[in-house]
Amino acid sequence: MVAAWPMSIDLQTVKKIASLSRISVTDAEAEAMVPELNNILGWVEQLGEVDVSGVEPMTAVIPNRQRLRDDVVTDGNVRDKVLANASQAEHGFFAVPKVIE
Amino acid sequence: MTDLTDLTVAEIRDGFRAGDFSAREVAEGFNANVAAAKALNAFIVETPEKALEAADAADKALAAGDVKPLSGVPIGMKDLFCTQGVQTTAASHMLEGFVPTYESTVSAKLWDAGAGMLGKLNLDQFAMGSSNETSYYGNVISPWKRDGGDNSALAPGGSSGGSSSAIAARLCPAATGTDTGGSIRQPAAFTGISGIKPTYGRCSRWGIVAFASSLDQAGPMARTVRDNALLLEVMAGFDPKDSTSLDLPVPQWEAGLSSNLKGKTVGIPKEYRPDGLNPEIAALWDQGIAWLKDAGASVVEVSLPHTKYALPTYYIIAPAEASSNLARYDGVRYGQRDLPDGAGLQDMYAATRAAGFGPEVKRRIMIGTYVLSAGFYDAYYTQAQKVRALIARDFDRAFEQCDLLLTPTAPSAAFTLGEKQADPLAMYLNDVFTVPASLAGLPAMSVPGGVDSQGLPLGLQIIGKALDEQTVLNAGLAIEERAGFVARPDKWW
Repeated sequence: MVAAWPMSIDLQTVKKIASLSRISVTDAEAEAMVPELNNILGWVEQLGEVDVSGVEPMTAVIPNRQRLRDDVVTDGNVRDKVLANASQAEHGFFAVPKVIE
Repeated sequence: MTDLTDLTVAEIRDGFRAGDFSAREVAEGFNANVAAAKALNAFIVETPEKALEAADAADKALAAGDVKPLSGVPIGMKDLFCTQGVQTTAASHMLEGFVPTYESTVSAKLWDAGAGMLGKLNLDQFAMGSSNETSYYGNVISPWKRDGGDNSALAPGGSSGGSSSAIAARLCPAATGTDTGGSIRQPAAFTGISGIKPTYGRCSRWGIVAFASSLDQAGPMARTVRDNALLLEVMAGFDPKDSTSLDLPVPQWEAGLSSNLKGKTVGIPKEYRPDGLNPEIAALWDQGIAWLKDAGASVVEVSLPHTKYALPTYYIIAPAEASSNLARYDGVRYGQRDLPDGAGLQDMYAATRAAGFGPEVKRRIMIGTYVLSAGFYDAYYTQAQKVRALIARDFDRAFEQCDLLLTPTAPSAAFTLGEKQADPLAMYLNDVFTVPASLAGLPAMSVPGGVDSQGLPLGLQIIGKALDEQTVLNAGLAIEERAGFVARPDKWW
């Protein structure tokens, strides 16, 4: 059974989605997104009319066996390569703004 | 003397081996074309020195009797493939200045086979787009113009628009593409070239900037079916670093090429002929059916009843996967960082992502975040995955009656840049014929069939059974031989 289709989204919902997406938006940007996102969501909601009773959601598009490998180290000792593209790396670590006062 | 940049990959490979010309001459020819084509904006980074380095290695290898499959062949690399030591941006501001310390599996296979790199090709930002208008580095311009003096700049298709434009303009004989919902096939159709998306899992996704992982597949783009076959042979193959890589031998597709389709049945899906289908597209499709009959195939009408739901399904699944994949761009480990004065960690994430992503990328991340959010997941995402299963089942049933499907590649010829920018939905509809095969993971290719009344190329799409790239390529060859497509854009750039 499919849950009821949500009603169209409003400005507050757009701001919530932006926050969940970790994308800062101005009020004007958020307002512009309301009709855009509603158009797209209104269009995809036609999927609600498809009878999917007894259909399992697809999990793998081409049948494939999940492989296991031996639990051994295959890579490593590449700290400087890992840090090479960091915008701020200090003392062999990624650096971020202080999170604890 | 032959202009070496007019040659196909196979002609370059064979002529180089026969000593008709050196690899260096070929590389210098393409390097010159690339340098003279800034107006097309097909490349984000040009690497003439890499092309020359590979060419010199090829010339030495030939002298030593040690040529490799692609020795002497320079190619373009879509800037979605990580290339060690060469900036890889996915056409985003977010990854501006990102220089990978590793090489993608597919590009590594191409270089190991002797190919050289002419540069990194422009694309839609994070491969999200159908016209190459979402790149942070500017639009790619198609080398094609409409007949009759219409000077409008046309879309090269997307997302592999740098690849398609560069090949059509003879800046490279071939290039890599990636295809999530049609990003190899639609640009190939718009520019009068060929391109194949193989079965999902044939080409490793390792080192390709991820968009929608259950759909993303790499493939070649080139001017001929043979070139696609021989390039795909190099690009495909099992890779333990990609958990969805298929552990199967790579067939010898080039050696297996045959345009004799005797014993093959071509399915014509009736749902691909909606009311209002562009009459020129419909006429080309009919012509394509006649060509395949002429090649010995029989033809049967088939039904793919869930076709109309493919696009809305795609626009739930692809954004959902994108929102997860693109969560990695946090301003910490790689890419841009935007740290406003006094900002904390969360503010830094939000500012970085606001500044680093373009509008279409933000739109898709937000759609994806919404459809995956608590309370809506089942209504959108689970429902879409169920409909996706039905779309795949439609194909399974159709393939009980036939060996391949023939359809148009796109609902129109190339459109004018800017024409569809204002309406995301109108842009999404471009992929109406390519998305279903993507959702089902099937091999599919576009080959040029002819030009429309304005002189612009139109493509035909062949969709095959899973793992049956050979039949797809063979039908493509049968069309190529009969279409005799020789149109090319007049040089204006």
